[in-house]
Amino acid sequence: MKTVAEFKIHYRQILGGNGAVLAPLPQFAKDSAEVLRMYRAMTLVRVFDAKAVNLQRTGQLGTYPSSLGHEAAHVGVGAAMRPEDVLAPVYREFGTQLWRGVTMTEILTYWGGDERGNDFAVPRQDFAWCVPIATQTLHAAGAAMAFKLRKEPRCALAYIGDGGTSEGAFYEALNLAGSRALPVVFVIVNNGWAISVPTKAQTAAKTLAQKAVAAGIPGVQVDGNDVFAVREVVGEALESARRGAGPSVIEALTYRLSDHTTADDASRYRSGEEVKDAWALEPLLRIRRFLVDTGLWHAAKERALLEECTLKVDAAVTEYLGKVKPATDAMFDHLFATLPAHLSEQRLIARHYSSKPGVSKPGGH
Amino acid sequence: MVEAIAMAHGWEMQHDASVVVIGQDVGANGGVFRATAGLQERFGKDRVQDTPLAEATIAGMSVGMATHGLKPVAEIQFMGFMYPALDQIVNHMSRMRNRTRGRLSCPVVIRTPHGGGIHAPEHHSESTETMLCHIPGIRVVCPSSPARAYGLLLAAIRDPDPVMFLEPVRLYRAMRQEVNDDGQALPLDACFTLREGGDVTIVTWGAMIMESLRAGAELDERGIGAEVIDLATLSPIDIETILASVAKTGRLVIVHEAARNVGVGAEIAALVAEHGLYDLQAPIQRVAGFDTIMPLFKLEHDYIPSVQRIVDAVELTLSG
Repeated sequence: MKTVAEFKIHYRQILGGNGAVLAPLPQFAKDSAEVLRMYRAMTLVRVFDAKAVNLQRTGQLGTYPSSLGHEAAHVGVGAAMRPEDVLAPVYREFGTQLWRGVTMTEILTYWGGDERGNDFAVPRQDFAWCVPIATQTLHAAGAAMAFKLRKEPRCALAYIGDGGTSEGAFYEALNLAGSRALPVVFVIVNNGWAISVPTKAQTAAKTLAQKAVAAGIPGVQVDGNDVFAVREVVGEALESARRGAGPSVIEALTYRLSDHTTADDASRYRSGEEVKDAWALEPLLRIRRFLVDTGLWHAAKERALLEECTLKVDAAVTEYLGKVKPATDAMFDHLFATLPAHLSEQRLIARHYSSKPGVSKPGGH
Repeated sequence: MVEAIAMAHGWEMQHDASVVVIGQDVGANGGVFRATAGLQERFGKDRVQDTPLAEATIAGMSVGMATHGLKPVAEIQFMGFMYPALDQIVNHMSRMRNRTRGRLSCPVVIRTPHGGGIHAPEHHSESTETMLCHIPGIRVVCPSSPARAYGLLLAAIRDPDPVMFLEPVRLYRAMRQEVNDDGQALPLDACFTLREGGDVTIVTWGAMIMESLRAGAELDERGIGAEVIDLATLSPIDIETILASVAKTGRLVIVHEAARNVGVGAEIAALVAEHGLYDLQAPIQRVAGFDTIMPLFKLEHDYIPSVQRIVDAVELTLSG
């Protein structure tokens, strides 16, 4: 009997849990301004996230999916992408989106129940949040097909969660991308939990990166709490796709430190011990340690950064809360390029029965 | 209502060893709405299984289980996530009995939350029952109270064919009602007359019974008697009860949260036009969701028909 195929999955890590440098630093990590930029972005999204959860708890925001613990994975991906690339997010990757120019006000507007939050001023070509699981992976493959047909040196990047890899659409996207050598990168953020279901209950596969194997494309695992490793691995995958070498799959291992969303209570199904252990490996800790060790950071700078982030978040919250509730016309105005006649009639009915238009009601009625 | 649903599961699992509950987060978490709370503790991980996050898996596996001696009661976490399951429902579950001339069948219940009104995120608030009602070979049921949820779910599980069981999210915790855990099923394929009246018939289902009953009370104060009928089983429709009511009142208003275009209301209107036209004293009115995408929650209450819209439609039928 002969072996006709075999595979290996590599695991990449640069910064250890304690901030120790375990592998050669990539070029960007030797640029202190760039490292500080990533750290600031990770801190901003952490501060933003806490505020968003608080807004939901006080009835000023709808259900919100916290990104707590995902900061390295999300910022690392954002920093690796070029502005002209296209992002197909799931619904939690605020660190990537803020890096690419989506505003905190837009994020709050969408999760506050208002479609205007999807109308990003920047980046205009990125996809909006995608709640139906795994469907976005095919959109990214389709966008990559458009780039390939037009011979544009651009890539698409789709996020997916560990649970999402159980959906058929995910396999279909990988298969299509591999068969056509599309310039697309799939980043699986494996945070251990799909609501209440742990990753080991989704699949018997040892890694999710190996899901790439059956599609004939490379798969690699990376420490998703290590922003250097994430940025390096995703950067390599994007450049490989950009020069025509085809797609790849990256599994970023991290941990969902929060509930699934504000509508969830994770204490029903997972132990406090597990969460406590995960906090020891959380992503901000190690890069801060690295910055302190290399003399780039100290307590006063940290305090100043937190103040700066709080001011930015507060300004966004004020802008969000000041938004006037959309008029009922908004339901109709963007449905078609030209509204059919029967819908014009319905638009009048909606106006007639509208509850007090013009009054801002953040968080609902 | 959500406790009544969990209770019906419990009764039937206790009395029928072939009943198995599957879905996403139905186990340790007890369902995101708690509709399967406590079942895994009581019946174990074989009979209450968390599936992988894959709706086609849930529906397709149900076909396999049901054709081989089990009675799966499957949860699709939200109606907006049902679409990957439709291939299995349309092409297999609904037609298994017919295409095998009765050799194999699919006693499956698929439960899913239905409708809006609770400030949920995108894709969590749609009412797309019409798509399901258009599929031959399945029943579509939508309860509107804790007691009816209990009795109809038992009937759905005991039914030898596939039943889609739509649970209005606005009703999960909207009303408290004592429900006897006595294993008594209610009839499928029958309407429930919730309020009697002689001037107008209002046919509705799911969460819209709340607005319809409020409209009925408001009309009552003006001396207008509204008969409010809960359709309950959306497919097949119990048209006899509706025709009998229209024969008495001469006026029909159909109320639903789903978009108007090709909605279940259109089928009811057509059946009444075919079989009860000469009983009508005024044109049939439909009060429905707009033919738009269900808006995110800032506008959802401008989308869901209001009591005032129902009252106005009733008055239109009386103005002729």
